[in-house]
Amino acid sequence: MIAYILRRLFQSIVVMLVVGLVSFSLFRYVGDPVATMMGQEASVADRAELRERLGLDDPFFVQFANYLGRAASGNFGISYRLQQPVMELILSRLPATLELAFVSGILAFVVGVSFGVYTALNRSGMLSSSIMTLSLIGVSLPTFLIGILLIWLFAVELRWLPSFGRGETVRLGYWTTGFLTPSGRASLILPAITLGLYQMTLIMRLVRAEMLEVLRSDYIKFARARGLSNRAIHFGHALKNTMVPVVTIAGLQLGSIIAFAIITETVFQWPGVGALFINSVQFVDIPVMAAYLMLIALIFVVINLVVDLLYYAIDPRLRIEQSGARH
Amino acid sequence: MNRFARIWDSDVAWSFRHSPVAMAAAFMALLIVLAAALAPLIAPYDPFNPATLNLMDGFTPPMEPNMISGNVYWLGTDNQGRDIFSTILYGARISIFVGFSAVVFAMVLGIGLGLTAGWRGGWVDSALMRIADIQLSFPSILIALLIFGIARGLIPPSMREDLAIWVLIVSIGLADWVQFARVVRGATLVEKNKEYIQAARVIGVRPVRMVLGHILPNVMGPVLVIATISLALAIIAEATLSFLGVGVPPTQPSLGTLIRIGQGFLFSGEWWILLFPSITLLALALSVNLLGDWLRDALNPKLR
Amino acid sequence: MIARFRTNGLSMPGRSLLLAAAASLLLGSAAHAETLRWARVGDALTLDPHSANEGPTSTLLHHIYETLVERGLDGSLQPRLATEWSIHADDPTVWVFKLREGVKFHDGADFTAEDVVASVTRVTSETSDFKGLHAAVAGAEAIDDYTVHIKTNGPSPLYVQNLTNFFIMDKGWIEANGVENPQDFKAGEEKYTVRNTNGTGPYVLESRDPEVRTVLKLNENHWAEKPAVTEIIYTPIKEAATRVAALLSGEVDFVQDVPVQDIARLQETQSVAVTTGPENRTIFFSYDMTSDSLISLAGDNPFKKPEVREAMALALDRDAIKTVVMRGQSVPGAQNVPPFANGYDAELDAYGAPDYDKAKALLAEAGYPDGFSVDFHCPNDRYLNDEAICQAFVGMLGRIGVKANLVSQSRTVHFPAIQNLQVDFYLLGWGVPPFDSQYVFDFLVHSREDARGGWNGSRYSNPEVDAKIKSLATETDLEKRDATIAEIWKQVQDDRVFLMVHNQVLAYATKANIEIAVHPENQPSMTNVTFK
Repeated sequence: MIAYILRRLFQSIVVMLVVGLVSFSLFRYVGDPVATMMGQEASVADRAELRERLGLDDPFFVQFANYLGRAASGNFGISYRLQQPVMELILSRLPATLELAFVSGILAFVVGVSFGVYTALNRSGMLSSSIMTLSLIGVSLPTFLIGILLIWLFAVELRWLPSFGRGETVRLGYWTTGFLTPSGRASLILPAITLGLYQMTLIMRLVRAEMLEVLRSDYIKFARARGLSNRAIHFGHALKNTMVPVVTIAGLQLGSIIAFAIITETVFQWPGVGALFINSVQFVDIPVMAAYLMLIALIFVVINLVVDLLYYAIDPRLRIEQSGARH
Repeated sequence: MNRFARIWDSDVAWSFRHSPVAMAAAFMALLIVLAAALAPLIAPYDPFNPATLNLMDGFTPPMEPNMISGNVYWLGTDNQGRDIFSTILYGARISIFVGFSAVVFAMVLGIGLGLTAGWRGGWVDSALMRIADIQLSFPSILIALLIFGIARGLIPPSMREDLAIWVLIVSIGLADWVQFARVVRGATLVEKNKEYIQAARVIGVRPVRMVLGHILPNVMGPVLVIATISLALAIIAEATLSFLGVGVPPTQPSLGTLIRIGQGFLFSGEWWILLFPSITLLALALSVNLLGDWLRDALNPKLR
Repeated sequence: MIARFRTNGLSMPGRSLLLAAAASLLLGSAAHAETLRWARVGDALTLDPHSANEGPTSTLLHHIYETLVERGLDGSLQPRLATEWSIHADDPTVWVFKLREGVKFHDGADFTAEDVVASVTRVTSETSDFKGLHAAVAGAEAIDDYTVHIKTNGPSPLYVQNLTNFFIMDKGWIEANGVENPQDFKAGEEKYTVRNTNGTGPYVLESRDPEVRTVLKLNENHWAEKPAVTEIIYTPIKEAATRVAALLSGEVDFVQDVPVQDIARLQETQSVAVTTGPENRTIFFSYDMTSDSLISLAGDNPFKKPEVREAMALALDRDAIKTVVMRGQSVPGAQNVPPFANGYDAELDAYGAPDYDKAKALLAEAGYPDGFSVDFHCPNDRYLNDEAICQAFVGMLGRIGVKANLVSQSRTVHFPAIQNLQVDFYLLGWGVPPFDSQYVFDFLVHSREDARGGWNGSRYSNPEVDAKIKSLATETDLEKRDATIAEIWKQVQDDRVFLMVHNQVLAYATKANIEIAVHPENQPSMTNVTFK
């Protein structure tokens, strides 16, 4: 067990390093930060001098090595764009993204599971077919368009909900939350729907498929034979058995939540890390881009590690057989 | 192959005939694909040839004559004076081509790597699956953005316009191979230990033939389902990338690029620039998704 | 627990009434408190006054810090912290500034000549982003409490024009906080000045969350007349559609960056008013007219032939671009300088209708009867509808057989490519902050040497013109100087160094009851806002 954990830890570190190295090899293609950092009056010599000072002319692996050296001592540099320490910037934006991801995840899960169960139990009903078809509309349009349309409808035409930002936030230590104020909660609704729509459809379909399969399995037939009520069978047995793969797959989908958060945050001017990243790309803010990508890599390495360890703990065979046949 | 064909002939076809949704979706998808494929024959204008455009025809509303030229366009024109109807046909062509090629790319790559991993096992298997794990959890849009970034750096500007589509295909395809690989690997692991394969091995059938002849047909069902769903996702992914400023050149817009452009006219009154490309994309992606849905159920014997 | 409060004009009847009541109780006597919620595309990058020579940063800082002189709405120089300025009667290399008396910094310190000297030292230091504008400065000296001499290397008759974004800091505060230099990115430490301010301006920083919200409160001790706006809430909104939506839904009061296509609709909207005015920024095309061959085309360089350059000018339909791409919101012209800048000549700025037949004939004459193919570089995130302008010109060029391959990309790639001479043919925009043609010549016309010619992507190099440009910097006889400017323009236009498209027009959209004038440098001051 310990050897396994150590090996996985080692692999995780290698993954992080690879992500970092690839990122650094890319930055020079994104553009030249000096072009946006200096005003138009800066002379060619001034620009060259700043580039030199920032070490932008060094080969990317040298830049990466320097970066690692500083990062090892906890210094992730200063944002080229906002001139503040990168770690502080990212940490101050993280609550916004996590709260948005959390709410949209819960929304997707609750609505997805309920609709999934309903459509599985009422396979041929009109309402079921409508739900199945309508839910597909959500994944048949690009996220940014859904976001803009929601703003147009609910903020401009109906004026029910805010069109941008997080509303009023409350600071609790290092965390800023929008949950505690009316405007903060109202601001969450549209972005959470936009972000959660895709997950919701996915979970709904997954639950439906799993339920249908489980309902046909032998032990459900036995349960019926034993005279258990429909309710007990559906929710006590079938749904319970459905949840394991659903939770697994939904957990793996965290990546798409983070990715689509970039789009959602941009559309709704949501002050999270995704919007920070896109703005940084457009400014070629290398320190922020590097830290963001490493952070994402870290999150996923940790999730993968935890998932694998759980599998390992539950059943070593599962680790080998976790094929993605459940699509 | 025989077995596959038999399933196709009987059950799946039967299910298709008895599913009005599947038939409608298939009809819609076929209609759009055909219209897109025949765009040069159907479209009244060639929106990709800038020399034929007249800027002063810009922003003409649908079915109304332009104030200066008097030209009438069915679905109006956009900000460059392009006929929206023609641009949608040509744009759908690009979207479908990108989506289809990306899925084929992902499928070939995924199947190849999945078969290799499942068949060879050992360190090859764990290495490939580790990569798959990492990639599956890493945001696919981010991967596409990164690949696009690399490609932009490597391709000289003169060739970018021509190669942009291929870069897009590889970017989306590379982000998408994992699902195929996982399914194929799982199936390979199961089949590998079955007696007929063991027997074939004993009589000296070459591994490549065994894999292609026996294992591959067994996984084609799920692969087809994933491919259909991925097709819709790839088309949407192309649109999303275009919103982030990555994608086909504006002189040769895809449906996604058209929506990105049209989105800027939501509040200005020129609703047709956004509406018609969006409806087309919705119809296309929705019908492909519905087909994928139906296929998933139809190919799953337990659900019948 | 710090709750940041914001009224957002949404209909939540009971609660918002309650909150409004609570707010008015808190504010007590401030019966005429007027809050202005101001949105634009990007946030100020920093609050350090000398660290980022960038529009939005300077615009916000003008509310907190003040400059010696400022640019009025008509483009003229207006007194601010300096009440008078002139070139020293006996020494043409010295600028004399008389300072405003009785001005106090936000922390209560008096504003004196020593503060100006300290600010000059700081703005000319190594890590200042404004040092290019002060390159001529040799040093500053406080003559008495309210008189400053700034000495330049050689006569600099236009130096004062460079001071409109030169913010004055308090000497004592600089020293107390160890911020003698602006941000050094290499050092990896954040300067105190990035988040803390101490200016003399009409507003005081209340709170700031970068890219989320910056709140400014009225400076009760300011020397000038009290403005109508007593609180500013500044929120960047990046997406154009979201920005317009926020105005339409009443969540913001003033949107500074209005997409041109939305102007007409907004003007028709009852609850919204739109003000437009000319901006100090030209949009033009240029091309490598000097090299023997191009990067993207094998063989000879077609742009070297005057006929080709003329043919391209004849293909450009400026009025069509104005009508369709810019929705009527631009001032087309042929001279690459804004009408209110020194050296503008209405005659040179006149342009004719496109003539595609003549253009084709000229191309054939130049040896390109079938046209040619070339890369055309364009930014897609810098100017108003930049990519659409390029796209339109691609179509126009197509009509005369020139195939322009549009390479449209971010300014972070586009600008370095121009500076590194890696493009053959491109679009660029140029603002002229000193309102004088010399600024155009220095950067765009002069051949590349030292600080000059850094943006000269045409590679134009004419020793005679270069000599004339150099003479402008030190010529104190303004009549003679204007004559030289006219000569240079004549030559530049004859050689077709630029293919000018138009001057940008600015549009500010506000709630119907708010009035704000368009500032030519796009640096509106909320002190000028009035409520109807």
